[in-house]
Amino acid sequence: MGERKVTVAAEVGLHARPAATFVQRAKQAPMDITVAKAHGGDAVNAKSILAIMGLDVRQGETVVISAEGEGSEEVLDELAEIAGKP
Amino acid sequence: MNLRGVGVSPGIGHGPAYVLTASVPEPPEGATYTGEAEQEKERAMAALTRVAGELEARGNQAGGEAEEILKAQALMAEDPGLVVKVRSLIDRGLAAPRAIYEAFTKYRDVLAGSGGYLGERAADLDDIRDRVVALLYGHAMPGLPAATAEPYVLVARDLAPADTALLSRGDVAAFVTEEGGPTSHTAIIARAMGVPAVVACPGATTIRPGVRVMADGASGEVRLEPAESDVADAVGAATARQAAVAEAQGPGRTADGHLVPLLANIGSPADLAAAREAGAEGVGLYRTEFLFLDRTEAPAAEEQRRAYQAALEAFPGGKVVVRTLDSGADKPLAFLPSSAEPNPALGERGLRTFRKFPEVMEAQLGALAEIATDDLMVMAPMVATAEESRWFAQQCRAKGLRVVGVMIEIPSAALRARDLLAPVDFVSVGTNDLSQYAYAADRQLGAVSALHDPWQPALLDLVAMAARAAGDAGKPCGICGESAADPALACVLVGLGATTLSMGAAALPAVRAGLAAHTLQQCTFAAEAAREQTTAGAARAAARVHLPELARLGL
Repeated sequence: MGERKVTVAAEVGLHARPAATFVQRAKQAPMDITVAKAHGGDAVNAKSILAIMGLDVRQGETVVISAEGEGSEEVLDELAEIAGKP
Repeated sequence: MNLRGVGVSPGIGHGPAYVLTASVPEPPEGATYTGEAEQEKERAMAALTRVAGELEARGNQAGGEAEEILKAQALMAEDPGLVVKVRSLIDRGLAAPRAIYEAFTKYRDVLAGSGGYLGERAADLDDIRDRVVALLYGHAMPGLPAATAEPYVLVARDLAPADTALLSRGDVAAFVTEEGGPTSHTAIIARAMGVPAVVACPGATTIRPGVRVMADGASGEVRLEPAESDVADAVGAATARQAAVAEAQGPGRTADGHLVPLLANIGSPADLAAAREAGAEGVGLYRTEFLFLDRTEAPAAEEQRRAYQAALEAFPGGKVVVRTLDSGADKPLAFLPSSAEPNPALGERGLRTFRKFPEVMEAQLGALAEIATDDLMVMAPMVATAEESRWFAQQCRAKGLRVVGVMIEIPSAALRARDLLAPVDFVSVGTNDLSQYAYAADRQLGAVSALHDPWQPALLDLVAMAARAAGDAGKPCGICGESAADPALACVLVGLGATTLSMGAAALPAVRAGLAAHTLQQCTFAAEAAREQTTAGAARAAARVHLPELARLGL
């Protein structure tokens, strides 16, 4: 199981454009991907914009993105970059 | 069949009707389906996919911030969690529309409960839900269609500013609304876009979607399924009028050279290009609240400064009149919360709201002060008393603003214009609200729209009082209400003593042509003749006797 810990840098948090870009990328990947807040809480489906919005990740908060399977490392790298973008 | 309303933005518009339904009813609780569950699920999925596709297409077309919002909405419509929920509700026996409704409700309640930014997104979900439910029932979709092959005639009960944010002149051939009056949002937006519009048109919402409609934004006539030859004749006459009008160029002036600067009403920097193209000499009314209608927090001073600076840069050497935030129960701004009021037009709005939020006022006046010049004029809306005028002038001057004014849009302000003028440098008459308050007639209510005829003699009297007081004080008196957009009335307003006229950019060429064709004395005679009448119709007719060139211009 691969993981990436990322601190969300965007002013709007993981909402609006960052969330949409994140979900669009996640949807292109064949494997299951989850996102959770680093300090605990449930992991949610990274392909669900409604679930990600429900996490309510604000600027400066850290999330853990997890996936496994072929090509997951590459997908995780890209998702981490999107989530960490200011 | 023909309908008749009030023409509020001249021109002929024709095309297929697009009927904007006001609300989508809730599918009945416990509604079930007949047939297979799989089929019902497919029906639901197809509707979600189609709505997502349309939102995405609209986003691509709109670009910018709207594109991001619409693309996020498209993702929501096909959200995997939502899809699972819809499927399971259908398995439990609910019909597709009810299953959609309940699945969305679950998510929207979570969002609404979070408040703040997420709370706002609940409305996005409601919008998607309504679209999908409407599609399943075969109703017209709420909201506006994706790119259409030809411009459509937008038919609605009434339009809110948010409904029209994405519209461009290429999409809409004409507006026809059942409610609204000459100064409703629909009318103002239509004139700003240069699109013909008919408002207060009984029966408009009974027009069937897709029926061909021709709307005459001057006479108010709305014809259904017109003959092609009739459309050609009407368009021909309108084209001839445009050609005659286009001959007048240059600054606003009467035939004998009396200068009357012609200015534009704008709501954002996006309106500046059209204003310049139409030959505006400056901005006579910058409606700053339109910059921030969608905001949850007060805009930063720096962002405001850029928006105001853009107007000054668009008109080097020209005047730019900025109206401070005009918020209230009818034009709510999220960062200036207003409580529900039984009579929003008579409640806390304009300057009254502004005074309650010193930090918001501080930011706006501060932003303006940073770019203060002699051409930057700042005025307050909804000023009722000399005390309020003095208070506003003090606030502005303490900040370093050089030219300060107040709007005359409440009858008390017109009656006591001399007192309101004493502490300020100029006044600007907002004839829309002035008419609403003088006639105790709601601007948004079609049923009383006849009272909003801008030729009403009492309204002309109030304008005359304000202009006279300003003339005596040697200070400018502009007109920034929609009555300045009527070429005949514009001449009358100049005859009453108005020193500048400000209007939606689309109206500028016709007003310039009308004014250039008559002398100041003809304007004065027209004004006097109009005020001698007892009805609006008689006033219009009497004024036109002194303005013979209007007919030649087709105005």
